Amino acid sequence: MSVYTSEPPLYELSSTGKIGANLPTLDVPTAPLPTHLLREDELAGFPELSETEVIRHFTRISQRNVCIDTVMYPLGSCTMKYNPKLHEEAARLPGFAAAHPLQDQSLSQGALALMYQLQQYLGEISGFDAVSLQPAAGAQGEFAGILVFRAYHLSRGDVERTEVLVPDAAHGTNPATAAMSGFKVIEVKSDARGNVDLDDLQSKLSPRTVGMMLTNPNTLGLFEEQIVEVSRLVHAAGGLMYGDGANFNAILGIAKPGQVGFDFMHYNLHKTFTTPHGGGGPGSGAVGCTAALAPFLPGPIVRQNATDGTYELFMPEQSIGRLKTFHGNFGMLVRAWTYIRTLGEQGLREVSETAVLNANYIRTQLQDLYPAAVDRICMHEAVLRGQIAGAQGIRTLDIAKRLIDFGIHPPTVYFPLIVPEALMIEPTETESKANMDRFIAVMRQIAREAIETPDVLHNAPTNAPVRRLDEVRAARKPILRYNAEKFAELRRGE
Amino acid sequence: MLAAIGIASVADLFVDVPADLRFPPLDLPPAMSELELQRELRRLSGQNANATTHSIFLGAGVYNHFVPAAVDQILRRGEYYTAYTPYQPEVSQGTLQAVFEYQSMIADLTGMDVVNASHYDGGTALAEAAIMALNVTRKRNRLVVARGLHPQYRAVLRTYMQSLNLEIVGDDDPTMSLDDLVNLVDEHTAALFVQSPDFLGKLHDLRGIADKVHAKGALLVVHFDPIGLALFQTPGAVGADIATGEGQPLGIGLNYGGPYLGIFAARQKDVHKIAGRIVGATRDMNGELAYTLTLRAREQDIRRERATSNICTNQGLMALAATVYMSLMGRQGLRRVAELCYHRAHYAATQIAQLPGYTVDLTQPFFKEFVVQCPRPVAAINATLRTHGIIGGYDLAQDEPQLGPAMLLAVTEMNSKADIDQLVAVLREG
Repeated sequence: MSVYTSEPPLYELSSTGKIGANLPTLDVPTAPLPTHLLREDELAGFPELSETEVIRHFTRISQRNVCIDTVMYPLGSCTMKYNPKLHEEAARLPGFAAAHPLQDQSLSQGALALMYQLQQYLGEISGFDAVSLQPAAGAQGEFAGILVFRAYHLSRGDVERTEVLVPDAAHGTNPATAAMSGFKVIEVKSDARGNVDLDDLQSKLSPRTVGMMLTNPNTLGLFEEQIVEVSRLVHAAGGLMYGDGANFNAILGIAKPGQVGFDFMHYNLHKTFTTPHGGGGPGSGAVGCTAALAPFLPGPIVRQNATDGTYELFMPEQSIGRLKTFHGNFGMLVRAWTYIRTLGEQGLREVSETAVLNANYIRTQLQDLYPAAVDRICMHEAVLRGQIAGAQGIRTLDIAKRLIDFGIHPPTVYFPLIVPEALMIEPTETESKANMDRFIAVMRQIAREAIETPDVLHNAPTNAPVRRLDEVRAARKPILRYNAEKFAELRRGE
Repeated sequence: MLAAIGIASVADLFVDVPADLRFPPLDLPPAMSELELQRELRRLSGQNANATTHSIFLGAGVYNHFVPAAVDQILRRGEYYTAYTPYQPEVSQGTLQAVFEYQSMIADLTGMDVVNASHYDGGTALAEAAIMALNVTRKRNRLVVARGLHPQYRAVLRTYMQSLNLEIVGDDDPTMSLDDLVNLVDEHTAALFVQSPDFLGKLHDLRGIADKVHAKGALLVVHFDPIGLALFQTPGAVGADIATGEGQPLGIGLNYGGPYLGIFAARQKDVHKIAGRIVGATRDMNGELAYTLTLRAREQDIRRERATSNICTNQGLMALAATVYMSLMGRQGLRRVAELCYHRAHYAATQIAQLPGYTVDLTQPFFKEFVVQCPRPVAAINATLRTHGIIGGYDLAQDEPQLGPAMLLAVTEMNSKADIDQLVAVLREG
C-alpha cells in the first residue's frame, strides 16, 4: 500500500472565487431580504473549489480506506458480507430515489407495495406476526423493543416492572438502551459452555422483570443450548424476550426466533440483508414481534386495504409513536427486498449454512494457536483468544494491527468483554475457501512472528496509509474541526 | 471443509438448535435472476410519482433540491459505501478525513463550536439534543417546545421521552409567541426548542432569547435549515447551546423518507456530553497527520448503561454526500442556492396572493416555504394539480386545523419560473 500519499484538508485546497457547481441564473424579480435576519459574516472562510478539485480530493482520500470491495473483513458481529451491485442500481431508480415521502399515497403504490412485501418476508423468516420498518438502526430497534415492552406491561396495569436483564456477553447497545428507557440493568452471567447461566437467571428474575435482552446466536458465536428454557423462565416471571438480531445471519431458515420463545427482535438489514455499511451508516433496524405486541409497534406501517387491494400507511392503535421522521430508511429497504427476492428460501438457508461452515472451518484451523473462548461448534463467528503460547508481551491489538499489513481488515477485538484478549472472527458466506485459507495461513504466520519477532507485531502496521495513531493526543488536545494554527502545531510535532 | 471440521454434514453444525424447530420452511417467493429482478424493480419504481415525472412543490421537512452529478459519483465508490465504521483508523483515513471535513464545514455553517459525525435524521438529532440537555442541566424534568417545530420532530421527541417522567409544554397553543415560550422556561426546564425557519416556513429573529433561557439555567436548542444558513442568522450567532438540522437538503435525494442526515452541533463546554461519534485530528507514529474517532469514553460500547446514548451508527455515507455537496457549492454556490430559493419562493407567494380566494401573509419574513390559505379543501386542489403533473403543497388540515383550508408550499432552485407560472395558472383555473 506504499502508493498512498497524504491528502491535505479540503480547507487548504480552497481559493477564493471558485465554485464546483453549475447553477441556473435567477429568472424572477428579486425580493427584498430581511436585513436584520441575515448572517453577518456572509459565510466567509467556507471552502471554495472547482469540481475537478473536489473529485480529486474525495477520490484520493477514498484510496486511504479499505472496504469489502478490496479486502476480506472478518469483523465479528458486524457481518461484513459482499454488497451486490444490483442493489445500488435498484435504490437509485427514480421512483424510489426521487419520490417525496409525503406525496399522496395513491402516487406511491410501488414503494408501499415493496415495503409491505418486505414486512411479510421478514415476518416469515423470523416467525413473527407483525413487522415495522421504521427504526433507523439496530440500536433504535432495541429502543423500540424496550418501549414496546414497557407499553405492553402498562397496558395490563403491570406497573412495578423496572428491571431489564442483560447477559454479561451482550452488545453495549443493550444496557445503554435499557438505561435510556429509564430501566435498571441487571446483568446475568454466562456459564462454562457459553450459555446464559440458568441458576443466575433464576435468581435475578422477579416481579420487577421487564424482560430479557438476548442475542442468539450469542456474542460468543454460540447458539443458546437452553434457549427454550430461558424463554420459559422469563415468561413465567411475567417478562418478555427481546432478540438482538445482530447475529441473525447464522440462522436464516435454520431457526425462527419467534418459534424459540422470543417476543420481539430487530433485524440489522445492514448486516444480514447486506445493505452497505457506508463507512458507519445508514443502517436499518426493522423490528418484528408477536401478535400480542403488534398494537404497540412504532409506525407508520404498511397494510393492504382488504376491499381494493391498495397499500396504505397506518399507525398501530397503541403505538409507542414514531422513532424517526417518515417511514424508515427506505433506500435500505429496497436493497434488503432485492436481496431476499434474489435468494428465496433455499438461497437464504444456504447463506446461513455457508456462513456457519466457514466460521467453523476457520475455528478448527486456528484454535490450536489461538484458543477458542469456548470449545464448541460455533455459529457464524468464532471467538478466539489472542493468547499465543510462548509469546511475550503480545496483545490481541498487535495481532489485529499486523493483519492490516497483509491486506486483511482486523476482526472485532476485545469483545465480548468476558473473553480476555478476544478476537471475534466472522468470515461470512461470501468469502471463498481460498481467501479463508490465506487468512488462516496469515494468522499462523503471525502466531510464529509473535514468538520469534514480536517487534514486527508491535510496530504493525507498516503497510498502510498511516501507522498507529497517537490516540492520547487526539483525546487530550482535541482538534474536532479544521483550524490552520492547530494543524500547523500538529505538523510541527507539538 | 467438513472433514477438516470433523463433521459428516452441514446439518451437524446445527445440533444445538432444538430438533423440532430446526430447518423450518420459509414461505417466500421463488428466487429470481438479476434481469428478472431489474424488470420487477422497474415496474414497482414506475408506479411512484417522483421529481423526474412531476413538478414538486411539496416540502414540509424534505426538499427537492439540486444534487450535482459529482455527489453520487463519489458515493458510488466502493471505498466509501462498502467500508465499515472507522474503528481501525490506519485503514479508514478516507472515511475519517471526510467526516472531519463534514464536522468542520457544518461548524462553519452553523457558527457552532463542535459537530458530531451525525445522527439518523433531523428528528432524532433533536431528540438526542433533549437527552443531552437533560444530562447537562441535571435533575430537570420540563422541556419547552415551540409549535413551530415540525410535528414529526415533536412526535419523535415524545416517543424518546415517554419513559422519563417529563413534562413537555408549549406546543399545544398555536397563538403562543416566542416571548410566551421564553416565559414558560423555569428553573425545572432543561431546554427551550425553537425552529427557524419554522415548520410553516417563517424566519424568526432569535437574538436575545438565549440570555433569558440561560438565566433560568436552561439550554437553548435551535433547529435550522442548512441551506437557509448560507444567508440567514446562525444558531451560533444567537447563542444556541445545541443546534440540530435535517441535512437532506445538502445533496441527499428525497429517497421516499430516508436515509437522510441528522446534523448535531454544540458548544465546546459540553463536548463530553455529546452523543454519537466524533472524529479528531492527530498524528501517527511517524508524525504524519491522521484522523481518528475520539472522546470515545462517551459511547455505548465502552460505557454500556452509563453511555450518553445507545446510538451506535451514524449516517456515514449521508454525511459524505453532504460534505461533497458543500465542497462543490462552496461559499458562493450555497449562497446562490439559498438566493434562488428565497426569490423564487417570494415570486410564487406574490403571484398566488393575487389569486381570488387565496391568501398569503407577505408581511412576515420567510425563506423557501409559506402557508397558502385556500378557497377550498387542499385535498381537492392537490387532486386537480395532479392531473397537470404537479405535486402540490402539504395539507395542513391535520396539523394546523385552525388555519382553515391551508397548504404549505415549498419552492426551491428546482422550481423554475415556468414551473411556478404553470402552478399559478392551474390554481387560477381552479
